[in-house]
Amino acid sequence: MSDVAQTADGGAISTSVPSFSIWHPGLVAAVFWFLTAAITWGLPDVIPWGSQGLFAAMTAVGGGVLVALALTIHHLGALGRRIAYWGPWFIAVGVWFLVWEYTTAKTGWLPKPFFSPPHGLLQVYVVDWSRLLICIGYSLRLWGIGFFSGITVGFALGVALGWSARFNYWGMPVLKLIGPVPATAWIPATFYFFPTTFHASIFLVALSCGIPVAILTAAGVSQVNRAFYDVARTLGANERFLVLKVAVPAALNHVFVGLFMGLYYSFAVLVVAEMLGAKYGLGWYIAFQSAYSAYANVYATIVIMAILCSGLVKLLFVARDRLLVWQEKGLI
Amino acid sequence: MTALVKEAAVQRALSLDIRSVSHHYDIAGVRFEVLDDISLSLEPGEFVALLGPSGCGKSTLLRLAAGLERPRTGTLLEDNTEIEAPDPSRLLVFQDPTLFPWRTVRKNVATGLEARGLLPEKAHRIDEALSLVRLEDFANAYPRQLSGGMAQRVALARALVNDPGLLLLDEPFGKLDSLTRLSLQTEFLKLWQNAGFTALLVTHDVEEALLLAGRVVVLSDRPARILAEFKVPLDYPRHRDDPDFIRLRRDILHRLGVQNV
Repeated sequence: MSDVAQTADGGAISTSVPSFSIWHPGLVAAVFWFLTAAITWGLPDVIPWGSQGLFAAMTAVGGGVLVALALTIHHLGALGRRIAYWGPWFIAVGVWFLVWEYTTAKTGWLPKPFFSPPHGLLQVYVVDWSRLLICIGYSLRLWGIGFFSGITVGFALGVALGWSARFNYWGMPVLKLIGPVPATAWIPATFYFFPTTFHASIFLVALSCGIPVAILTAAGVSQVNRAFYDVARTLGANERFLVLKVAVPAALNHVFVGLFMGLYYSFAVLVVAEMLGAKYGLGWYIAFQSAYSAYANVYATIVIMAILCSGLVKLLFVARDRLLVWQEKGLI
Repeated sequence: MTALVKEAAVQRALSLDIRSVSHHYDIAGVRFEVLDDISLSLEPGEFVALLGPSGCGKSTLLRLAAGLERPRTGTLLEDNTEIEAPDPSRLLVFQDPTLFPWRTVRKNVATGLEARGLLPEKAHRIDEALSLVRLEDFANAYPRQLSGGMAQRVALARALVNDPGLLLLDEPFGKLDSLTRLSLQTEFLKLWQNAGFTALLVTHDVEEALLLAGRVVVLSDRPARILAEFKVPLDYPRHRDDPDFIRLRRDILHRLGVQNV
């Protein structure tokens, strides 16, 4: 009897009120976000960190948005489906905030100064945002000049190495010898050769990304199917056309592998270069704050770096997908 | 289409003279004789098929005629001028279409004009060449999106847009399925009849040679020598069940050492 009643109920729900369907992961996530807000606001810090109220308010607003999404997400179409895909991550982040907040600020199990609660990082941004902004600007300037000059020279060198047998004969052994040496090993020499530490740092960043780009461009150009050159030559192509319109596009896939490698190397070298004799920059900021055991500032800076670096990687992916539309999805 | 045919007719068909050409390759210190004293003349507008077993050196002869390589001995002349380097007046169509995968169909066809800086004044010829091979709807497709037959038609358009006086064809239908091959052979025959270029076709397919060429030159196994020449005095379109066709096929196969067919 009860079975019949249940199936009748179930049928009624599924047919007459489909618009009240709820996105359950959203609700579960909201619970953890609200819990985080509650303990951040309700329990006292073992040692005051500041920005307690602001973080509680932010997580509470986050929880509120998640509740709203849980009720409306099925009406949001494609956007809703994209948000729903990340549901488990919203839960995970809520749990992470809760555990992080509780074990650091509220109980002191993970003690100051080595650990910082989330609102400790928030406090860094609130207090030191102007200096951090300047550091971001300096870092991006150094990285931008170094990276773009490095890949330009590396690309030109790579094309020459892959194209000209004579250039390859003299250039490749040198490149193979220098290539594996970490760019940072050149620091003592560069500080002697360049007039300022800024110039030396640009050189180090350029070197770190230029070498993989040069090696992979050379490999790409030298591996181009010879038949493409035959076809182009019979069609009347001169050497310039063969290089720019055949060799380079055919090697572009390799070039992008080099660019991705160079991008990662350039981040590593950037931070090290800034730790030496710079006046501003994210690397300098980390070194400076570490000296004062201000680890909250260090963590806050690492978060900024993570976002900046992954953003640049994402940009490179977009550029690659635009330039390589002609092929099926690559392997990188 | 008519415009292309008209303009192409203005482009003079070229003669090709192959005079006592021998060639060999050195591979890992071993000398491979490829061509042995080949002499052959093509009149302007003639369609000649080179027939021989696989790997006999037919493709090498075409590479020499295209100017991609120089012969070890002997000379090759185009309209009585020695062939020393590739030139768009004589074009090579390969067994593989060898389209540039990073260029759209239109840009592939445009390659020759672009390389010679003729693109501004001759851009309209690209559309004409595409419609000639019935691919105008695929102008913006990339090569990976094409079937084998379509890709080979693009390769033909890429050659024809340059109004070659001499077309060198290296088994251009060899990798196609049999139905596509038949229709492309017919299409190509029409192109040749309309545009009037000189054609040198390398093939190992006796029927293909007899369907298309006015003269069939039979080559030996490597190193290639000329074994025999057959005139094909049949009118187009030719039919495989024509008694003369069958007789010629039997004679040629016999010359190639295949009996009882």
